[in-house]
Amino acid sequence: MLQHYLFLSALLFAIGFFGVLLRRNVIVILMSLELMLVAAMLGFVAFSRFNGTMDGNVFVFFILTVAAAEVAVGLAITVALFRHRRTVMVDELNALKN
Amino acid sequence: MTDSMFYLFGALATGGALGVILNRNTVAAALCLLLSLLGIAGLFVLLDAYLLAVLLVLVYAGAVAALFVFVVMLLDMQGGTPRPSGKITLAASLCAFALLLAGLALTFAPGHLPEPPVAAVPAFGASLKLYAYRLFTAYLLPVQVAGFLLLTAMIGVIVISKKPKDDAASTEPSILPPST
Repeated sequence: MLQHYLFLSALLFAIGFFGVLLRRNVIVILMSLELMLVAAMLGFVAFSRFNGTMDGNVFVFFILTVAAAEVAVGLAITVALFRHRRTVMVDELNALKN
Repeated sequence: MTDSMFYLFGALATGGALGVILNRNTVAAALCLLLSLLGIAGLFVLLDAYLLAVLLVLVYAGAVAALFVFVVMLLDMQGGTPRPSGKITLAASLCAFALLLAGLALTFAPGHLPEPPVAAVPAFGASLKLYAYRLFTAYLLPVQVAGFLLLTAMIGVIVISKKPKDDAASTEPSILPPST
């Protein structure tokens, strides 16, 4: 049963990773990042449950905190970006390129 | 019973995740994220981590997904035309796919992971007292660092999202209608 949970965790992480790679919208990229964090959480909780320890469960608290802070700052940056550049597509944000 | 619930919630989580990255409509993607998080919360319940399931629904579904929907509404973006992916993106995708396959092969190779019977392992995730004990003894410093991180993020968000007065007035119109 542990392997099932790990498979699901890897699958969710991969979906989030492909979302980060393939999508152009900053907000969708942030959502994919959240998916990757949640997949890592699932792995932690599964290992914690099947090992009979508590540490993975406690660590999920900190992942939750970091994820909440990350999404708040990320969305604030997105709003500021949209204010200045009128777009949230990453391939149009190439001011640092040359 | 537990197995069928696992497949149900796993399908919910995976389908929601696929919906997030495949939807062109950003609001629909945010709602798919919500669906996926509900599936994960169900999986947490199956893993006897009831507190984490409640926290996931409260923090993620209540705050993060709502924040996403709110920002999408605020920005009023139109979905851009999809462009063909670059070479680097394709190479990275292929590498990631190969890594995923290798990891799955390692995970499912026989003998790599012990398979303890679930009933034999004590479930600690349901005990609120153990969480509190851990958080205030062994993890006291990380708790304080996390609190400091939240404070920093809050101040940073306030500073970032403050409207620059001269900039917004001179060059570009603000996205918000002027307050009366």
